[in-house]
Amino acid sequence: MKSTKIVDAKGLSCPMPIVRAKMAMDELQSGDILEVHTTDKGSQADLVAWADSGGHILEKELNEDDVFKFWIKKA
Amino acid sequence: MEENKGTTIVVFSGELDKVMAAFIIANGAAAYGHKVTMFFTFWGLNTLKNESAPKVKKGFLERMFGWMMPKGPNKLALSQMNFLGAGPKLIQHVIKKHNAMTVPQLIELAEQQGINLVACTMTMDLLGIEKEEMMDGLTYAGVGAYIGDAEKANTNLFI
Repeated sequence: MKSTKIVDAKGLSCPMPIVRAKMAMDELQSGDILEVHTTDKGSQADLVAWADSGGHILEKELNEDDVFKFWIKKA
Repeated sequence: MEENKGTTIVVFSGELDKVMAAFIIANGAAAYGHKVTMFFTFWGLNTLKNESAPKVKKGFLERMFGWMMPKGPNKLALSQMNFLGAGPKLIQHVIKKHNAMTVPQLIELAEQQGINLVACTMTMDLLGIEKEEMMDGLTYAGVGAYIGDAEKANTNLFI
């Protein structure tokens, strides 16, 4: 999947993954894809709920070598 | 996006752990696009003191209060396991170890995210705290302003 922007939030703990995602999302246009990488254990649930609340679409998520990856399409 | 959502937090407590929790929730809510207000009253006010503020002339009672209260976010005690100040040092260590954020960093992030930090003027008077001792960028108000924000918000917490 082609990402418009990638946020590397690996190693960052709560609440930074969603704070960084929000800051990056603010700079994108509707329909753009934001890719987020995290390692915080709670961040998976956090990002899914965050995307849902903003009306964004979680296109894909996967867990590779303890890194959570998300592709979120901006509403 | 979510302009109509809001979160308000009354920060009544002045302990490191409780204040840290309040700022983490506030910053998370700001990331959700909420309009966030943190209303600091009683012991919570000590969080917003400027460590390097010059001495302010005060009456005896106010000076006594000043001696007994922490001066700024780096001087807060823990609500549990404080061990006469050893606990907060231990917490600073684990915060670093887990790449979490310290209270001063969380305050800076809150300012970046446009969180409204409100100091309660009535309790500032009670505790003998002057504006000159506080950080820059604060709003000074009372319960009237807080309720004004709270009635528009859908998450209202008291910590």
